[in-house]
Amino acid sequence: MGGFFQVAWAVAGRQIYKYFTNPAFLAPALFPLFFFVAFAGGLTRVGDVPGFDYAAGYIAFQYVWALLQAVSMGGAFTGFSIAGDFENGFARRLMLAASNRYGIILGYTIASLVRATMTGALVTVIALVTGIPISGGFDLFGLIGLAVLVNIAATLFGAGVAMLLRTQQAGPLIRTPIFLVLFLAPVFVPLNLLTGWIETVARLNPFTPILTAARGFLAGDPTDVATAFAISAALVVALALWAVYGLRRAEKAG
Amino acid sequence: MGRDRGIEVENLVREFRKGPRAVDGIDLRVQPGEVYGFLGPNGAGKSTTVLMLTTLLPPTSGTARVAGYDIVSEGPQVRASIGAALQEAALDPFLTGREHLNLQAALHGLSRKERKRRGDELLERVGLEDAADRRVRGYSGGMKRRLDLALALVHAPRILFLDEPTTGLDPQSRSALWSEVSRLAREDGVTVFLTTQYLEEADVLADRVGIIDRGKIVAEDTPEALKEEIGRPSVEATPAEGVGRDAVVRVLGQFGEEIPAQPGAVAVRLSGGAAGLADVVRALDREGVRVANLRLDEPSLDDVFLEKTGRSLEGAGEHEEGEDMETAQA
Amino acid sequence: MSGSSFLTQVWALARRSIVRTMRQPAVIVSALLFPMMFFSINASGLDAASRIPGFPTDSYLDFAFAFPLVQASLFGAITAGSDLARDIESGFFDRLSLTPMRPVALLGGMLAGVVALGLLQGVVFLAVGLLMGVNVSSGIPGMFVLVVLTVLVALGFGGIGAILAIRTGSVEAVESAFPLFFVSIFLSSINLPRNLIEADWFRFVATINPISYLVEGIRSLVITGWDAQALFLGFGCAIAIMVLAIGGAAASLRTRVA
Repeated sequence: MGGFFQVAWAVAGRQIYKYFTNPAFLAPALFPLFFFVAFAGGLTRVGDVPGFDYAAGYIAFQYVWALLQAVSMGGAFTGFSIAGDFENGFARRLMLAASNRYGIILGYTIASLVRATMTGALVTVIALVTGIPISGGFDLFGLIGLAVLVNIAATLFGAGVAMLLRTQQAGPLIRTPIFLVLFLAPVFVPLNLLTGWIETVARLNPFTPILTAARGFLAGDPTDVATAFAISAALVVALALWAVYGLRRAEKAG
Repeated sequence: MGRDRGIEVENLVREFRKGPRAVDGIDLRVQPGEVYGFLGPNGAGKSTTVLMLTTLLPPTSGTARVAGYDIVSEGPQVRASIGAALQEAALDPFLTGREHLNLQAALHGLSRKERKRRGDELLERVGLEDAADRRVRGYSGGMKRRLDLALALVHAPRILFLDEPTTGLDPQSRSALWSEVSRLAREDGVTVFLTTQYLEEADVLADRVGIIDRGKIVAEDTPEALKEEIGRPSVEATPAEGVGRDAVVRVLGQFGEEIPAQPGAVAVRLSGGAAGLADVVRALDREGVRVANLRLDEPSLDDVFLEKTGRSLEGAGEHEEGEDMETAQA
Repeated sequence: MSGSSFLTQVWALARRSIVRTMRQPAVIVSALLFPMMFFSINASGLDAASRIPGFPTDSYLDFAFAFPLVQASLFGAITAGSDLARDIESGFFDRLSLTPMRPVALLGGMLAGVVALGLLQGVVFLAVGLLMGVNVSSGIPGMFVLVVLTVLVALGFGGIGAILAIRTGSVEAVESAFPLFFVSIFLSSINLPRNLIEADWFRFVATINPISYLVEGIRSLVITGWDAQALFLGFGCAIAIMVLAIGGAAASLRTRVA
């Protein structure tokens, strides 16, 4: 097992070094920030709809979604760089050198977490500047915990797709499903105010309970916490298997 | 054809915002019906010169007349008289060869009937009849260059500019394009201005060659005269087994100065020309020096380039910046 | 050899630009699919917004229908702009410049392609929207006006795409302008009417953003019927953007081609 962690640290170290030498390392925060500004700024009156009962207010309601989007995009971007590493041949060298190849996945995941911490912090700073109230106190750790799990899940998903395709063309195939999962959830109003097909889809979307619980933590009113953590953990396990499948396919392709 | 006056260039200069003068005061004349080869390494200023002569890039100073028209003040007349196949084979991957020709012909004002006739004729001429209705995306490099040439010929120009027409092509496609270009010059009397980084291309096609290096023309004449100017051929001998290299040097040294040779071999530049080879053979025989191999090398345009610039043409451009298209558009 | 007539040139170039677009099914599909997907998700997700006191209609679907039309024009503009930039990058533009083509004909051909794609999108979106239950208050004549206004918007954005392409000559530069356009759509009255935007700075931005008036013009035909003021502002803005953008593009072209 020594090889496993050694490989992981080596891969993570290189990735993290790459972020901080490249000014584009905050790029995954761009769209979440933009949506946050557009929705939290333009749609505040939606909080006045009868039945909209979220204690922390509409800006906070949108902040949680933006935060989870930022950490997911952090994972997606890690997927892009894995795809890039395969295309430019770096990954081949990595595969040859690594004594334990599963360490490669862990390494990328660690790097992705570091990156997501930065992007998440950026979104949070902007949100604090625009004045979200923090009423959660100790519950905020619950919010952070969910954000970490969401980032890991998105990273593993992206890693699996990237290793299956091994070209930059993997980009849209990583991004589009993540965007769909994020948007087919109660983005603008709580689940109880959704109607029609979107309600059905949102109820089935595993991201919905995570989002709801995360919003609860911020408002100091944790709801369905066990369900949310159980679903996140299950997603991480399932997507870890998916990433390992991708790695095996990449090994076979040589 | 009264105005067919070839190409006259006087002290043409092009500077880009950063970097040295890409074209640094060149003068040249191309007679009507002549094939002029403009030879130089990458970044020497060849493409910049062509862009100026085809009115696509204004010169910084100097003048040039193409087909008797000034390239600055009479752009439309120049453009009507010339055809040009410019470097990247600029084609639309989603259109077919025939559609390209049709578009080009329409812009030149050919009637619908003429367009069809001219298109068929040119497709046949460059051997693309079978591929005419396929999208260019699937064409090989050679096919793209041939289509490029056909497009340049749509309006039957008297003067043709070809900017590195065979760069990146395999030998077969290259020689096919060469024969088409010589046919245009010999049979149709088209004036051809051709840039190339290949010695062989200039040697085969051009009536006259101008050698350009770092924006300046360093030599200009017929390929034969240029080679004669350096003049003398060289002879290279490899000693047979058991024969000392010194013995060979001693014999060959009587016929000219020693020049660099293959490992183990000896080469001299013959002071008496190619006829001296017989004397060399006789002398080796007389002195009993046996050789495994004896070779006569005619001087090449590379030797000319070496003589004029102190560098070999192959690889001379490698450490210089490419022809700065980006800066040209900045 | 006499130069061809201006119209022949425009037609030849327009045909090329339409043919090449039609041969890229991926472009067509994404131009039709993405705006409708976004519309469908957005309209259902924000359906509850129609219950905000003072909301001008009880169907958010009707309210949001302007969104895919404006977004589609934007897509079309970016596609056309990057096509033009690619022509410049590849040297295709140089090849055309060596013919007696009038530079403005090139712009005309490109914009004809924009109009064709805009028409296709307008008609398809209208058909799909009606199937989804959008109710156009101004009736069939209103649908006609709606498509016309959409095409004018597409022409204006197309002109901006052309300016970017001609000035930079770089596909990457044109495509990196896309998020900017996208942001400016959201910073308008696209999601809520201006009087229901609470944040002062946002309402201010939406009020000075001409896209708000394009959106409100299109929207008035759907939710109100014939609203002279909204239509006047909508057409006024669309025509002003179009004239400025296409004029600017033509001027940029003239400086590029000596």
